[in-house]
Amino acid sequence: MKEDKKTILIVDDDADCLAQMELQIRRLGFEVITADSQKKGEEVIMEKEPDLAIIDLMMENKDSGFILCYKMKQQYPGMPVIIASAVTAETGLRFGVETEDERRWIKADTFIEKGIRPDQLEREINKLLKI
Amino acid sequence: MATLKVLVVDDEPGIRSGISRIMRNFRVSYPFMDEDFDFELEEADSGEKAIAIIEKEPVDIILLDNKLPGMDGIEVLEHIRSKQMDIYVMMITSYASLELAVKATTNGAYNFVPKPFTPEELRSAVENITKHLFLKRMTRSMNKEGKQVRFQFLSVLSHELKSPINAIEGYLKIMKERQVGESLSDYDTMIDRSLERIKGMRTLIMDMMDLTRLESTSKARQVRKVDLGQVARIALDTMEPMAIQKNVKMFLDAPENLVLQSDSDEIEIIMNNLVSNAVKYNRENGEVSVTIRQTDNQVSIKVEDTGIGMNEEEVSRLFQEFMRIKNEKTRNITGSGLGLSIVKKLVEDTYHGTITVKSIPDGGTTFEVHLPN
Repeated sequence: MKEDKKTILIVDDDADCLAQMELQIRRLGFEVITADSQKKGEEVIMEKEPDLAIIDLMMENKDSGFILCYKMKQQYPGMPVIIASAVTAETGLRFGVETEDERRWIKADTFIEKGIRPDQLEREINKLLKI
Repeated sequence: MATLKVLVVDDEPGIRSGISRIMRNFRVSYPFMDEDFDFELEEADSGEKAIAIIEKEPVDIILLDNKLPGMDGIEVLEHIRSKQMDIYVMMITSYASLELAVKATTNGAYNFVPKPFTPEELRSAVENITKHLFLKRMTRSMNKEGKQVRFQFLSVLSHELKSPINAIEGYLKIMKERQVGESLSDYDTMIDRSLERIKGMRTLIMDMMDLTRLESTSKARQVRKVDLGQVARIALDTMEPMAIQKNVKMFLDAPENLVLQSDSDEIEIIMNNLVSNAVKYNRENGEVSVTIRQTDNQVSIKVEDTGIGMNEEEVSRLFQEFMRIKNEKTRNITGSGLGLSIVKKLVEDTYHGTITVKSIPDGGTTFEVHLPN
């Protein structure tokens, strides 16, 4: 089915979360590029356009994920971006991109909670890649 | 200039206008207040009117006559107290009796001015109340900030505690589903990483306990003569296993019997943190040297390493809580990000000393602590 494999960029500053997400995504049959900071993520997108990006919310700073996401959307408006975070579970804060207002300033296409089941993750990715 | 709202409650118009005259152009300043206070006056000729005013708009100080036509001063006081309003009340009364004074004080009056009073007496009473009010409000806002800081600390702490749990949970799920193979050895790296994350959590918990001990007033500090060379020796011994692994040589240069009047637990925390950082952030075959000296009226503890060093930007953030320098070189080093913030707190707040750091990327880092002795 997946003859030319799609490439997914994963950005997370926690080496273990990064490794686990990479493993999950590879098992779903995608190519993976990883970056372990907002800065590295920015460097990657200077070079090439991935088909989709999954980025951690809290990295160098609390809002690193938002900023990186914003920059990605500026460069590649059509590239879907997923923000992954454990923020809701940890702080009780809820972010969402449900309303128009939220969409205006948060540029991500979807939010997922870290620890999401592989099949749910696959569904979200496929939906965004229109597979 | 900040303006305090003063409400004068008296049924005699002469008293009200007299007070207004005295208070006009009166200012209160305090050496450490950013700005002077002046006063904006409002008048009420009965307790009922006074209550109507304070219900409607914020008032800072009330000059309150006790003998009023309808409800009396004490009743106004009771109302303010029951509504927990942030108002300072000064009673003005012509026949001051002990009974009235007690009753008024119980109901929260700040002080008394007997009638008749001189302009000077009134001004000095208002000055006192203003200073008191300023300090009270200042304390309150500082406490609130303290709580705010605490809350931020806890939310970062919970993030720091949950990340390793998430990581370990992730690995366990992968293993449970046998995602990368049937043999246990397929999961060696994941097991090692899980153990590493557990170690990190333990460090964090230990550091948290240090911090709690420092902040809790329940633990009595035991200040006595502490031999600094001895504490340093123990710190080096503790780090020996890791130093051997990295082939880092450690040196101690301290005069015999150099004692500091201090709490040995606290000095251990300072020394252990500095020495363990010097080893952890060192390179293979590097060196750590600890030099302790007594000068005129202080001791200096210098901990030098030949490690990975930091750039200026990293140094500037070094003492923040949960600050961890994240880069290629520190990726595999476990730490809580609390150690140096604890050290700084101890050195500066508890011992009124100083801590400085010099660092050269890939050259090494030197921490120098000076404690008055």
